Amino acid sequence: MKRKKQLRKAILYLPLSVLICFVMFPYIWTFLTSIKPTDELYTTSIKILPQAATLENYSTLFFNTDFFASMLQSIWIAATTSCISMVVSSMAAYAFARYDFPGKPIALSGILLLYMFPGCLYLTPLFVSFNKLKLIGSPAALVISYCTFTIPFSIWLLTSYIKGIPIELEESGKIDGASVPQLLYFIVAPLLKPGLIATGTYVFINSWNEYLFAVMFTTSENRTLPISLASLVGEYDLRWDIISAGAVAAMVPVVIMFMLVQKNLVAGLTAGSVKG
Amino acid sequence: MRKKSDRYVPLILLAPALLLVVGVIIYPICHAISLSFQYYKLTDFANRRFVGLQNYVAIWQNEAFIASLGNTVKWVVITVSFQLLLGLGLAMLLNTPFHGRGIVRSITLMPWVTPGVVIALMWVWIYNGNFGILNKCLISLGLLDQGIPWLGSDKTALYSQIVTMVWQGLPFFAIMILAALQVIPSDLYEAAEISGAGSWQKFIYITLPQIMPTIVTTCMLRIIWVFNNVEVLYLMTGGGPGHSSMTVSLIAYIRAQKSLDFGQGSTIAIYGTLFMIAFMAIYLKFTRGGDYE
Repeated sequence: MKRKKQLRKAILYLPLSVLICFVMFPYIWTFLTSIKPTDELYTTSIKILPQAATLENYSTLFFNTDFFASMLQSIWIAATTSCISMVVSSMAAYAFARYDFPGKPIALSGILLLYMFPGCLYLTPLFVSFNKLKLIGSPAALVISYCTFTIPFSIWLLTSYIKGIPIELEESGKIDGASVPQLLYFIVAPLLKPGLIATGTYVFINSWNEYLFAVMFTTSENRTLPISLASLVGEYDLRWDIISAGAVAAMVPVVIMFMLVQKNLVAGLTAGSVKG
Repeated sequence: MRKKSDRYVPLILLAPALLLVVGVIIYPICHAISLSFQYYKLTDFANRRFVGLQNYVAIWQNEAFIASLGNTVKWVVITVSFQLLLGLGLAMLLNTPFHGRGIVRSITLMPWVTPGVVIALMWVWIYNGNFGILNKCLISLGLLDQGIPWLGSDKTALYSQIVTMVWQGLPFFAIMILAALQVIPSDLYEAAEISGAGSWQKFIYITLPQIMPTIVTTCMLRIIWVFNNVEVLYLMTGGGPGHSSMTVSLIAYIRAQKSLDFGQGSTIAIYGTLFMIAFMAIYLKFTRGGDYE
């Protein structure tokens, strides 16, 4: 009996550890590379752990490149995108969750359909429009283009969060004579807070990570974090220690943010798909 | 009075979203369609003109586009299949209680939010022909005599990037399937045990049918997502060597971003969108019966 239990445990832990190693390995390896001195990288022998760990790569990254400036640029753009998306999407989501109006089912599935369209379809027309409006190189171009994917996604996710809020509170608010803005601000918003934070964070992360639009719509003075990270490859050719430090620095903020909201975010995402 | 004003409430609530969607999504899509009928190169801007279906026809003579069709099928089918298989496995494992399950679950979700640029760079370094850890390990294990340039050879470039993409999408699959596993009523299993069903039978006759809707939905989302993904391929090999890892979405992006050929770039993007719409139409036709039951 005991042996059988041990066998069961082995059957669980063995494949689990293999899968976790597969998922974790690139992160661990990148981190280890980032704290190695350059000469430890370019040898043919395997040394997993750094012999003389150093933070020099990080100081080079932050003081000798435009990495930090682009980090600030990314924070600014991601935060703006996130705020605009949350205000606009939560209003629309409330309409979808609580009202019946003609064309609602079509609009809802249409929104999901829009989310499926490839980014490269928007790229050229947006470039032509931004060029006409003299917006190329301005943060506004990125904020606007990020709305192409953040708004459909946020509406969809927030609708499922609002549906999860009991309607009785709003009904009693209505009886007490609250107007729609009052209902939204005093009753719905506080209850929706966890959902708003989760969705907003996800939008922030996606805007922070975005690369393809950013290549097209920024100039060398105001590039975002992914652009300056990718350009490290060309500027510091073969300096994988510095590039790895950049990868770690670009990732840490979003991973921490994600860990904080992941429970709410996953709950919202899976609620939408599991139930139908 | 009150009722009448209530009718306008949803419209007012929807107005900002509607305005944005029309401005940044619908209008650009229409504009892309119009660009696809034009000779429109930023490098030859003065000569831009309407050319009818010329872009749509000419693209079939393009070697890179032809090569990208087969690659796209491989890229999507192999990636999503392995994501599903490994994701299903991971979800089953995470569904059994053990110490530290919460932490393991959070950790395995990390690739999902890792920036595409970071993913590409991490794996380019792992695959590095001379100093990459993968080659070093394989050589020291005696499996290889000398390092393979994983991304530099047309035989391995696409498949190496498929591994990266499987790695990226596995957690999403796992978490979706896990959520579905957790809502299966446990009395179904109890009933099966009473009738003497083994683990395998329980999996085939209870688990699988219960999680099937989730698997189908997640597969569709992932297929579209992997099809549209450009970032990883663009940064890891840019479609090379030759056209060996070129996909439809990637070539549309490169045409627009690098060659500044907005006409053909839009044409390929529209072809890509049409392929996906056709795929979704077929998908919906086959699954419609099951969804409303």
